[in-house]
Amino acid sequence: MKVLVTVKEVAEVADDFEIAGTEVDERYLEYDLNEWDDYAVEEAVQLKENGPAEEVVTVTVGPERSEETIRMALAKGADRAVRVWDDALEEPDILDVETKTTLLEAVVEEEDPDLVLTGVQSGDDNFGATGVSLADELGFQWGAVVNALDYDEAENVAHVHRELEGGVEELTDIDLPAVLTIQTGINEPRYASLRGIRQAQSKEIAPKSLDDLGLDAGAVESDLDLTAMYEPESESDAEIFEGDASETAGKLAEVLREKGVAE
Amino acid sequence: MSDVLAVTEHRRGELRDVSFEVITAGRNLADETGGDLHLAVIGGDTESFADSLNREGVDAVHTVSEGEEFDHDVYTQAVEALHADLDPEVLLMPNSVNGLDYAPAVANSLDLPLVTDAVGLDYDDGLTVTREMYGSKVETTVEVSGDQQAVTIRSAEWPAAEGVGDAEIAEFDVDIEADDGSVVTGFEEVGGGDVDISEADFIVSIGRGIEEEDNLPLIEDLVEATDATLASSRPIVDNGWLPKNRQVGQSGKVVTPTVYLAIGISGAVQHVAGMKGADTIIAVNTDPNAPIFDIADYGIVGDLFEVVPELIEEFE
Repeated sequence: MKVLVTVKEVAEVADDFEIAGTEVDERYLEYDLNEWDDYAVEEAVQLKENGPAEEVVTVTVGPERSEETIRMALAKGADRAVRVWDDALEEPDILDVETKTTLLEAVVEEEDPDLVLTGVQSGDDNFGATGVSLADELGFQWGAVVNALDYDEAENVAHVHRELEGGVEELTDIDLPAVLTIQTGINEPRYASLRGIRQAQSKEIAPKSLDDLGLDAGAVESDLDLTAMYEPESESDAEIFEGDASETAGKLAEVLREKGVAE
Repeated sequence: MSDVLAVTEHRRGELRDVSFEVITAGRNLADETGGDLHLAVIGGDTESFADSLNREGVDAVHTVSEGEEFDHDVYTQAVEALHADLDPEVLLMPNSVNGLDYAPAVANSLDLPLVTDAVGLDYDDGLTVTREMYGSKVETTVEVSGDQQAVTIRSAEWPAAEGVGDAEIAEFDVDIEADDGSVVTGFEEVGGGDVDISEADFIVSIGRGIEEEDNLPLIEDLVEATDATLASSRPIVDNGWLPKNRQVGQSGKVVTPTVYLAIGISGAVQHVAGMKGADTIIAVNTDPNAPIFDIADYGIVGDLFEVVPELIEEFE
């Protein structure tokens, strides 16, 4: 079985930041592997370590800078990587779900995986939709927000739990080929070992342009136009305790006593 | 073609709150587009659901009697068929776990631009959606092109619709093509464990700010000194530092204590969904812009590793 994992490099914003136009000023951004994708990578690598998967390939839509993040996924045990980028992708402020679906579909058609794992969402634009959209486009089965996965090799079925709201999980059997969107907490993502990091240096990251994937610039025309970005207005009317740790703790203790919850 | 079609949601025999919120969002939008508001209710006891959904401002409720519980194949096919029949301008769906399990498929099949997790909707010759990015640190507006759009809305952002309406309620017949490639086999309650945090009167809850598992004993000392109940936000449970029955939030438990003391919790919307019903919310966080302060009654902008030991001393 071959597992393809979508890996996104996401920007994280510092506590204090400035907005320039419709972007957070680059100075306040740090790039990292998307948290949800980290769990998806771990799940795929475990499928390989435990037998059923022969190969784990990652796919990333991102500029050259994202290779650092891709190497992290390779260091954690993915075998090789595909990176899709094109100058045409520089243009839109925000990639719509359709564009991401089109790009990933082309890679899936080349790679022909049995199972595609994506994170439930990305920490930056937070759409949470690409995995299911991709499954629909491919005619694959799918499951969204999976927080437990048990693959039955004999039946070629993924027994999954989907994490619903309010502490309830739905149990679902999903035939492969399938796309599963992976929720945090499904496993414990490993840290990349020094050996893994060294090995990752020699693993392949195959760059793919639109042309390589048989697509043209029309495939990445977005239906979405980001027209404004601003800091949400604080609605805070909290009483903030002033003073050093001892003074603020004293005032907090007073409130707890007043409310009758601690003595 | 200026109508709005909104899809409702139910689980285990009950309509979920977002079903009434999507009515409010849909009605507001339909007023702006100048069209009617249609609702879809799929599966379960559609007749009684339709009666409950017949609130002020709803023009029509379309029922699809197919299955008891959510099944994404049924929802996808039913919504696509209804969309083809009604030809609405905007299709609204809940940004719930189940919404995210069918909405992207519907949008893809119908070739509609999709915007998820909307917190605001405006229509003026075209649709503009307000949504957040970077873990709620910024808000954005997104203009959506095309004649028809699909949007999922965040729960608890619009008030629930009230009043009794005079909607036309009609069964909508769809030929659902059976697909047993994915089959729901049951449900499971999360958690177990010895403590029910939803019963607690005083909750000390911890988040990412405690940094590492080794810092947990410090919080446990505070819990002991104040006779509180320990709970947490999602990352603490994901890391395996506390069992799942301690998680407060959308995917965890909803709590309503007298006091909720949030330590090192930023206040992501998913967490807030589980604790905003507390009588008094107190937050300790180093980041003065953390969203937790927006809902807190009292706050300390400071380092929990300095404040918590002092607080323990107060009660020892």
